[in-house]
Amino acid sequence: MYSPRLLLLTALLLAATPGFSQVDTFVFENDEQQQRFRQLSNELRCPMCQNANLTGSPGGVAEDLRREIHRMILAGNTDAEIEQFMFERYGDFIFYLPRLRADTVLLWFGPLLFLLLGGYIGWRIFRQASGNQQAASGVALDQAEKERLRRLLDDE
Amino acid sequence: MKKFIFYAPIAAFLALAFVLWRGLYLDPTELPSVLIDKPMPSFVMTTVEGEPVSNADLPGRVFLLNVWGSYCLPCLVEHPTLMRLSEEGEFPVVGVNYRDRRLLALDWLDVNGDPFEYSILDEDGRFGIDLGVYGAPETFLVDGEGVIRYRHVGVLEENVWREVFMPAIAELRGALAPSP
Repeated sequence: MYSPRLLLLTALLLAATPGFSQVDTFVFENDEQQQRFRQLSNELRCPMCQNANLTGSPGGVAEDLRREIHRMILAGNTDAEIEQFMFERYGDFIFYLPRLRADTVLLWFGPLLFLLLGGYIGWRIFRQASGNQQAASGVALDQAEKERLRRLLDDE
Repeated sequence: MKKFIFYAPIAAFLALAFVLWRGLYLDPTELPSVLIDKPMPSFVMTTVEGEPVSNADLPGRVFLLNVWGSYCLPCLVEHPTLMRLSEEGEFPVVGVNYRDRRLLALDWLDVNGDPFEYSILDEDGRFGIDLGVYGAPETFLVDGEGVIRYRHVGVLEENVWREVFMPAIAELRGALAPSP
């Protein structure tokens, strides 16, 4: 029953479990700290892999930054302090939501600007078109024209 | 007014097209360093050989700070350039051995040659974080006051040296030269 082959197979299957893959195991003092850690590593962007947050990134630097967040949370740093720490080293890129500053204003409000511009142009065109329509329907036909129109329609 | 309505979408389209067209030729992996014109972060560490090293040991003139690792293949590509610079001796090269193992680093230097004045041992990448490093190779240009002036991400090829570093150094020297 307990053949060596079966044992080997079981051992191999166990070795392949995702549980053995490398996962950071950070220990926190309470759930609140853990929650903050999760939030920060979800909101900060990995500088190496470009389009992954720190949580989802396998990159070396992401691993280091997660370790750093963990250390700072345990050391009693606030979220704002940790974000400032990251900003001083990696700049705006580290944030998925860039900070609102003079040189990021266009990034934040550019879409609104385009929407307003498009809305204004659309409104102008609409108004012009409806103006033309009104002008057209406002023209009264005289007797001769009415007669001609009736004849044209009768021909149909 | 009518003219404005007619031309505004075309102007907006052209502006957007220009921005996007330019975007096609930007390298998204090259992030601007926030440390430009800031002093080197302070450090008290050891070299790969085990000697203590700190800011006081930085060369008191323009030098290169090169982030490398024994696992890093592009580092081998730029290695001849660093060797040449080191042999010419005009610009000292200080290494940062980033996220590596000490013995592997020593071995790598032994096999390939050591262009560095010394290499700061940064096994856990903590110093790299202070430098805003996100992967080897990266090369910083640091002036005699220890202020970071330029950062290049990726291989320091000869043409990068000629076309980017040399003008940057010339500019630094121009700014530092005593005015007549």
